[in-house]
Amino acid sequence: MIAKLSWRNLWRNKTRSLITVTSISFAVLLAVLMQSFQKGVFDHLVKNVVSFYTGYIQVHKSGYWKEKILDNGFLLNDSFQNKITRLPGVKGIVPRLESFMLVSGGSFTKGCMVVGTVPALENQLTGLQEKITAGKYLEANDRSVIIAEGLAGKLKLKTDDTLIILGQGYQGSMAAGKYPIKGLIHFGSPELNDGFVYMPLQLAQELLSAENLLTSIVLDISDPLQMESIQNNIISLSGEGYETMNWKELLPEISNHIKADGASLSIFTGILYFIIGFGIFGTILMMSVERKQEFGMLIAIGMKKVKLSLMLIQETLLISLIGVLIGILLSLPLILYLHLNPIRLGGQIAKVYEQFGFEPYFPTSIEPGIFLQQSTFVLIIAALLGLYPLWYIHKLNPVQAMKR
Amino acid sequence: MNHTVIDAHNLVKVYDEKTIPLYALNGVHLHIESGEFIAIKGPSGSGKTTLLNMIGGLDVPSTGEVIIDGTNINNLKGNALIDFRLNNIGFVFQSYNLIPVLTARENIEFIMLLQKRSSKEINTRVNELLKQIGLEDKADKRPGELSGGQQQRVAVARALAPKPKFILADEPTANLDSVSAGNLLDMMLQLNIQEKMTFVFSTHDQRVIERARRVITLEDGKIVQDSAPKKITHPMYEN
Ligand SMILES: Nc1ncnc2c1ncn2[C@@H]1O[C@H](COP(=O)(O)OP(=O)(O)O)[C@@H](O)[C@H]1O
Ligand SMILES: [Mg+2]
Repeated sequence: MIAKLSWRNLWRNKTRSLITVTSISFAVLLAVLMQSFQKGVFDHLVKNVVSFYTGYIQVHKSGYWKEKILDNGFLLNDSFQNKITRLPGVKGIVPRLESFMLVSGGSFTKGCMVVGTVPALENQLTGLQEKITAGKYLEANDRSVIIAEGLAGKLKLKTDDTLIILGQGYQGSMAAGKYPIKGLIHFGSPELNDGFVYMPLQLAQELLSAENLLTSIVLDISDPLQMESIQNNIISLSGEGYETMNWKELLPEISNHIKADGASLSIFTGILYFIIGFGIFGTILMMSVERKQEFGMLIAIGMKKVKLSLMLIQETLLISLIGVLIGILLSLPLILYLHLNPIRLGGQIAKVYEQFGFEPYFPTSIEPGIFLQQSTFVLIIAALLGLYPLWYIHKLNPVQAMKR
Repeated sequence: MNHTVIDAHNLVKVYDEKTIPLYALNGVHLHIESGEFIAIKGPSGSGKTTLLNMIGGLDVPSTGEVIIDGTNINNLKGNALIDFRLNNIGFVFQSYNLIPVLTARENIEFIMLLQKRSSKEINTRVNELLKQIGLEDKADKRPGELSGGQQQRVAVARALAPKPKFILADEPTANLDSVSAGNLLDMMLQLNIQEKMTFVFSTHDQRVIERARRVITLEDGKIVQDSAPKKITHPMYEN
C-alpha cells in the first residue's frame, strides 16, 4: 500500500514530477557525457603517449631513472624476463639498451639517443615500422641502423650512407662504430625527429662493449586498468635491485596534466550536481508544504511519523531513480555512437596532434564505472535531500498542520 | 451495558500565557458514556475544536486530564499516543480528510493496514462499511470524483473501520449544503444505533444540533449548558 501510495503521489503533480525527472536525467546525461569524453580523451592520449616510446611499465636497475648511465644497466636474465612475460595482463615486452652518444655523417656531428632494441618486439609496442619513410625496417641480425628523418637531414645523410657513432661504452670503455643506414623514420615531434637512432639490441651491446646488458625492459599491457596490479606483481617478482615504474611515474607532466584537468571537470560536475540538488530540494520543499494538511491528517488518524517519512523518502528516491535511469538510457546510445564514431578535431589542434603522431580523435569511454559512479552520485544526493521530509515530519504538529 | 469512554477533568488550555493569557478552555468537565450521540455547539472561537483535540489526544491541556476508557492519555507520548489514536479514536475533520490519490475503498483499507489487520478481515469490513454508507458503486472513485457529502461519508467509514471506542467529528458538515449535512447526520445516527458507535461532533448548524441526543454548549471555553439525553424527534428513529 505504501509503495502504491508513493507511486501514485509521483503522478499527482505531473508537471512537477516531469520537470524533476527531466532535470535529473539531463544532469546525468551531461555528467556521464562529460566524464566519458574526458576519460576517453585521456585514455586515447595515454595510449598514444605510452605506445610512442615509454610503454605502460618499465623495469630498470634501481637508480637508473635518476641517473641514466650504462653503469646503471642490468644483465639480461632469461628467467626473469620470462616470468614477466608470463604475468597475466602483460601483452609483450621489449628489452632495450639506451645510451646517449654522438653521431656523425662526416662533416656534421650531433648528440642523440641510441636505442638498441629487438626490432620485432619494438614494432609490436611502438609501431616503429609504420614510421619508416625511406628504406627498410630493421631485422634482428642486421648490422645496420635506422635513424630519424630530422637527424638524417641535419647530418646530410640518406639511406645506404654510413653513420658514425662515438661515445662511452660500458665501464668507461671507448665505443665507436660505422653502420649503414637501412631506413629513415619520421617522428611527429621535431625534438624526437632530430634525436633518435635505432639498432638491433645485439649490435648495440657489441658497440658499447656491454654483452647481455639492458637499461630497461618496457612492457605493453592489454588492460590499462590493470596497470597498478601488474606493476605490483613485477615488484614482488623482481625484489630489490630493480625499479618498476608506470607511465605516471615515467611521464609525470602528462599524469599531472590529466589530474589537473580531471579536477576542473570534477568542479564542473560538482556545480552541475549542486544545481540538480537544488532542483530536487525545491520539489521536496514544495511537495511538503503542499501536502502539509494531508500529513497532519495522516498523523492524526494514526500513521506513525517514521512510516510517513519512509513513504516520502521512497517518493524522492523513486523519482530520482526514474530520472537516473532515463538519463543513462539516453546517454548510452549517444556515448556508444561517439565511441564508435569518435569526433575528429579539425583545424590547428588537429595539425598539432598529427605533428606529434597522435590521431586527432576524441572517442568517448564506455567504461561502466562512469555510469555507475554518476548514478550513485545522484541517488546519494537524492537520499540526503530525502532526509529533509524526515525532519519536516518530525517537527510536524498535526493540529497546526491541519489549520488553513 | 453502557460504560464511561471519555472522562475529562478540569480541562484548561491557555494560549499566550506570557502576554495576555487566552483561555481557549477554562475548566471543562466532561463525562461521556458509550453509545452517546453528542453535539458540541457554541459560537466560533468558543473552544469546540480545542476541546475535541484534547479528547482526541491531538493536543495537550495546560492543566487537567483526559481519561479514555481507563487510560490517561496525557501520559502517552510519540508513537504510543499515535497508536492509541489509531486503535481507539476515529476522526472526521472538516476538510482534508482523505488521501487524494487513493480510492474510497483504499482510503478505508489504509487505516486498517496501519493496524496490520489481515487482508481477509480488511476486505470483509470495507465491503460492509461501503454498504452502510451507501457508496458501493463509488468504491473505486478517488475523493476528487466524489461530492463533498460523499467524501464525508467515506471519512466516517474510515473513522469507523478500526472499530474505535468513539468517533470525533469537528464540524463535519461545515462544507456541506443542508441536504447533504442532514443526510450525513442521518447516516451517523444510524451507525450510532446499529453499531452502538459513540459520536461526539461539533457544529453550529441548528438542524444538525436537532438530531443530537445530548447537546453541550460552549461559551468562552466553558460549558454553559449540557442538555440531558433526550429522545430523538427525527421521524426515522421514533421507535
Ligand atoms: N494555536 C493557537 N494559538 C493561539 N490561540 C489559539 C490557538 N488555537 C486556538 N486559539 C484560540 O482559542 C480559542 C478557541 O478556539 P477553537 O477551539 O478553535 O474554537 P472553535 O472551534 O469553537 O471555533 C479561540 O479564541 C482561538 O483564537
Ligand atoms: Mg473549530
